[in-house]
Amino acid sequence: MHRIVAILSGLLFGAGLSIGGMTDPARVRAFLDIFGAWDPTLAFVMGGALLVMGPAWLVQRRMDRAFDGTGFDLPDTRIIDRRLLGGSALFGIGWGIAGLCPGPAIASLATAFVPALVFVAAMIAGMLLHRFALKP
Amino acid sequence: MSIAAFPHAMVLQGLIGGLLIGAASAVFLLGSGRITGVSGLLARATGIAPGKRDGSAMLFILALIGGAALANAIAGPFKQGFPESWLVLALGGLIVGYGTRMGGGCTSGHGVCGMSRLSPRSIAATLTFMGFGILTVLVMRLAGLGGL
Repeated sequence: MHRIVAILSGLLFGAGLSIGGMTDPARVRAFLDIFGAWDPTLAFVMGGALLVMGPAWLVQRRMDRAFDGTGFDLPDTRIIDRRLLGGSALFGIGWGIAGLCPGPAIASLATAFVPALVFVAAMIAGMLLHRFALKP
Repeated sequence: MSIAAFPHAMVLQGLIGGLLIGAASAVFLLGSGRITGVSGLLARATGIAPGKRDGSAMLFILALIGGAALANAIAGPFKQGFPESWLVLALGGLIVGYGTRMGGGCTSGHGVCGMSRLSPRSIAATLTFMGFGILTVLVMRLAGLGGL
């Protein structure tokens, strides 16, 4: 069940990213270019996703455990600290530079293998750097 | 469907894509009791995150690639304007990888899952990465690096 859920969710997620235009770095950068030729498409992507996830959280609150029988393993930190904001700021800078965030970059391995691989390999290197070398 | 002021906007495709992403996150939340934060799932799938390597996270990552391939085969191909320069891709990737681990999430975890949960932490994170993304694109355009 755990595995089937992961596969079903991954398939839906990858299809949604492609159809919604998230895997087009030029469009993502145009969405972030609010002072230029702004392209609001990604606001509709985010809106659509929130439209489903909002009610999903209401359902979750009434459940004792997930459908696969395991308990909920959800983030419970509420602290807004320098790590959260500094990391998010860095992420935003990288997102703006290349027009890719983690999901669409990985999904693009299906359709734009070489440039996506360059980004994903560097992204994994960045994650390793955080884990082992430069942990603030 | 289009908006007169923004001829390039894909309203309907964006909305459908978003609903699918929301459905994916809802399936994972209610089915497995966890968040679909892609940066976190990648870190757990590869063993970069502390603790045991997570096989179902790897299945999610592989299915993510499969879902994009399927959507493109059936309804695509969807346009992709990638930066030409490998340096730009590598620099962006490196910063995104480091930043998402440090900040504990990305567009999916903080943006979709956290914001819909009304988590103040995720709302702060999302406003921050949106703000810095906007700033970065602006600065690059002013520096003549707009089109890449």
